[in-house]
Amino acid sequence: MATISQRAILLRTFKSNKTSVVGLILAFCVVMIALTAPWISPYDPISQDLDIQHAPPSWGHPFGADSYGRDQLSRILWGSRVSLVVGILSVLFAMAAGIPLGMIGGYKGGRIDSLVLRFIDIFMSFPIVILGLLVLAIMGPGLIKIVIAIGVALTPRIARLARGSTLSIKGKEYIEAARAVGQNDGKIMFIHVLPNISGEILVMGTLWVATAIIVEASLSFIGLGVRPPTPSWGAMIRDGLDQLTNAPWLSIFPGLAIFISVFSFNLIADGLRDISDPKLRG
Amino acid sequence: MLKYAIRRMIYVLPTLWAVVTFVFFLIRIVPGGPAVAALGSYATEESIRQLEKQMGLDKPILVQYGIFLKDLCQGDLGKSLITRRPISSEIVRALPYTLDLAIGGMIIGILFGIPTGILTALKRNRPADYIGRILSLVGISMPEFYLGILLMYFLAIKLPLFPVLGGGDFGNLGSRLYHLFLPALTLGIIMTAFISRMVRSSMLNVLNEDYVRTAKAKGLHERTVIYKHALRNALIPTVTVIGIYMSILMGGSVLTEIIFSRPGLGKMMVFAVKDRDYIALQSVIIIFSAFVFIFNLITDLLYSIIDPRIEYH
Repeated sequence: MATISQRAILLRTFKSNKTSVVGLILAFCVVMIALTAPWISPYDPISQDLDIQHAPPSWGHPFGADSYGRDQLSRILWGSRVSLVVGILSVLFAMAAGIPLGMIGGYKGGRIDSLVLRFIDIFMSFPIVILGLLVLAIMGPGLIKIVIAIGVALTPRIARLARGSTLSIKGKEYIEAARAVGQNDGKIMFIHVLPNISGEILVMGTLWVATAIIVEASLSFIGLGVRPPTPSWGAMIRDGLDQLTNAPWLSIFPGLAIFISVFSFNLIADGLRDISDPKLRG
Repeated sequence: MLKYAIRRMIYVLPTLWAVVTFVFFLIRIVPGGPAVAALGSYATEESIRQLEKQMGLDKPILVQYGIFLKDLCQGDLGKSLITRRPISSEIVRALPYTLDLAIGGMIIGILFGIPTGILTALKRNRPADYIGRILSLVGISMPEFYLGILLMYFLAIKLPLFPVLGGGDFGNLGSRLYHLFLPALTLGIIMTAFISRMVRSSMLNVLNEDYVRTAKAKGLHERTVIYKHALRNALIPTVTVIGIYMSILMGGSVLTEIIFSRPGLGKMMVFAVKDRDYIALQSVIIIFSAFVFIFNLITDLLYSIIDPRIEYH
């Protein structure tokens, strides 16, 4: 584990890495928007006002109004909640399932490992969106179900990473030492392996939050997202698509919101990776 | 080489079987079963029984599974619960649109991604590198359906250069390519971002290697070192991930087809979900993952050709 001074160095490197700082600021803004949506939204995101149907951007409604006359800005601000909740929870779900699986496979080796590898191969053969779509088509829509669907789709990817990292540190002296003093496997994995592979998983985890946000948007774009009228960015784009010719802002603004959120997490991940791999440091 | 290819295929078959089995049983746990789902909850008991009988859904599940596997081996994917037409023939009709799109997107990605990756690696920490890296981050952060909408809005609606919708007349190559351009560009831009990042990092890794330093120390021309020594080795890891990217592309093609109304597999799949036609959904998903397997297999074989050492591992 990193000592205090090593952490200070890492922190300094992180601060000097402009990409990750910009990403962190952007992500912070998105999180703050999601937390304060009820107070900063100028209108109720689901109240309809048919007088302003398809209204173009104006001072009163900076992002215009949708087909039901709902304020787009308020809907976008509220929509951040679904994206972030799904993005973060589904990655946590996948970590809770994937890390133990990958660690056990990598650490135990042999039969167990080849079983884990098979599992990974089987589930990696589905593109994430398609596995998510399959699971949702079976379970029906709903926030928790989306988290499960995306979490299931990400699990083999996280398991693969955890397995690889475990393999690479398995032969290290401190693991052998722990084994030599008679610690049991579970304890070794939890106390020695996990902390040492968590750095890499954290970097990739940030990247997967970005992926999960895109997948959630894609699924809700297809119509498998949270139930209407709860605003979610993907569904907003789909609703606006019919009006692309006369009201392009209905698709363009929610898409921009998805892009900015995903971009912020990708910037953080990129910065973190540069720090952890000095060879590629930019 | 041939031995390796056969061994790889033998490894793939059980995995493919597991995928097929997983999808089959997952589809069967739909509340009420596929027939109820397709007809809706207001259907009469009688019409449900009739559909189940017609589709063989009334038999014990293991018998259904046996019939399903046997038919699958003969290329029969069953009948759609909605149209009652054989799904195989609909897949054969839809598949070329999806393959065109995936391959078109990959070609654009390779054509632009590899040079961008080399350039950003060689100009490391200079303006060209920063711009290239920011752009590639923008690319990977862009959902394909959003990029598709933007391209459609600017290049088909505002500037009517390309058709807005449809897959074109498939027999006519001109029309086919004309309709392919924007959807393939959508996926191609995103692939360019993925590939250029991959090439950049593996170039940087290779440029630090001893043999590159030796080549430079020998006094070889910079250009020779880059193209003869560094690039060849840097492309090896890139080839391995192209199989993985192909899977991202197949996933991305679903959304892109919806945006551009291309009558491909992705569109078929989303319609199957909307119609609750679980038998069609099952078949399309199996075909999708079969293609991911095929692309991975091709990548592996390609890899063993480029780097013969790999066979003996």
